[in-house]
Amino acid sequence: MAEFVMPQLGADMNAGKLVAWRKKVGDQVQRGDIIADVETDKADIEVEVFATGTIEKILVQPGEKVPVGTPLAIISEEGKPSAAPPPRAARKPAVAPAPPTAPAAAHATPAPPPTVKPGARRLHISPVARKLAADLGIDTSAISGTGPGGRITLEDIQQAAQAKEAAPAAEVALDRQARMRQAIAAAMARSKREIPHYYLSTTIDMSRAMAWLAQENLKRSVEDRLVYGVLLLKAVGLALREVPELNSVWTGGKAVPSSAVHVGVAISLRGGGLVAPALHDTDRQSLGELMKKFRDLVQRARAGSLRSSELSDPTITVTSLGERGVEAVFGIIYPPQVALVGFGKLVERPWSVEGQISSRPVITATLSGDHRVSDGHRGAVLLAAVDRLLQEPEKL
Amino acid sequence: MTKGEIKEVILRVLGQIAPEADLSQVKPDRRIRDQLDIDSMDMLNFVIGIHKELHVDIPEADYPKLATVDGCINYLAALRASH
Repeated sequence: MAEFVMPQLGADMNAGKLVAWRKKVGDQVQRGDIIADVETDKADIEVEVFATGTIEKILVQPGEKVPVGTPLAIISEEGKPSAAPPPRAARKPAVAPAPPTAPAAAHATPAPPPTVKPGARRLHISPVARKLAADLGIDTSAISGTGPGGRITLEDIQQAAQAKEAAPAAEVALDRQARMRQAIAAAMARSKREIPHYYLSTTIDMSRAMAWLAQENLKRSVEDRLVYGVLLLKAVGLALREVPELNSVWTGGKAVPSSAVHVGVAISLRGGGLVAPALHDTDRQSLGELMKKFRDLVQRARAGSLRSSELSDPTITVTSLGERGVEAVFGIIYPPQVALVGFGKLVERPWSVEGQISSRPVITATLSGDHRVSDGHRGAVLLAAVDRLLQEPEKL
Repeated sequence: MTKGEIKEVILRVLGQIAPEADLSQVKPDRRIRDQLDIDSMDMLNFVIGIHKELHVDIPEADYPKLATVDGCINYLAALRASH
């Protein structure tokens, strides 16, 4: 038996609204099938399932908004006995869905039952926390304490307050735009509070890459033509193999290197806001495949129809503000990632090679790194690798 | 195919790229990019959409000619006439 839970689609998501089921009780589902539509503050998401089996029970009806980790349905897996669904309200949020390339087992296992059951215990809470709860109008009996012995901590109260903000009552008044702003604010504030950023910058000669691209595009039909952004993404994907600690996820107080490179691409939305869905296995795809997926991703992001795996598993983010005319961007890392690469505008600049000055197209690449995980030296190795790879575009 | 029909196709493809846009407000002689807040990737999707609908091959060097709705109509009408 497996639970299908409300996925965590990025650090800035606390809750999601189930919009529709695409399957009903008794239907067969395959791992990777899209089985539900969920609305978050940022987009409408097609949610994929991580188990193969039969839908045994549907626990959340369309229109309901529930916190991340809430079981939405029970799936009985083939060859495994089904079990009674665990109680719903008291669950701790489960982990974010694993990337599709990760082993399925991690997901099929239901999360352990909570150690503290609300309602069945005496409240352990300090006077300070109790006062904060009263000030914020939080009902402490509904909180599972995370302190020693299940004590309710100040942080628990703050989290409950945040969850309350995301609750339906408050949301009605806010349109998608405002909610997206709020979600970005929460994630970026958390990043700047928790991650000691360091920043590096280097200018890369793009003359070889651009000349190669122009020739290559002559051979390609309209649909297969490449943009230089795809060369940049592939170069970052390959460079990360040389500095794997920058392709990590911060979990439980330490960085865990990711087994695959899923570059999240920051896509600005018309009218404001942005999303950064993943281009899966960026380092392993041909430029043609990457281009196709990149185009599709941009179009779907702007039409508001992304898939859950794209939002939950980027391992690093690449942002490019070049089109807006700036030469460099120093981004804020998107937790739980530990690095972000930025590209500015492609510009013609005087460039000196062996004493000869000529005009060349150049681009400024930057790195924002998490100093808990890496030092400037390793960050510099990454940017140097990106530069080196872009000098041999035909090998990308 | 008349210019009016070409314009219909152009607006339909633009509608797929910027579904939230009010296309009746698009001025035919002003840059599409500025009016609909679209970027180079959207422009590329626009060119591909036109290619699929009208079965014309548009060289990369000609992309600048597609900057406005009027520009698109004239360019595509000429391109189709020459085929």
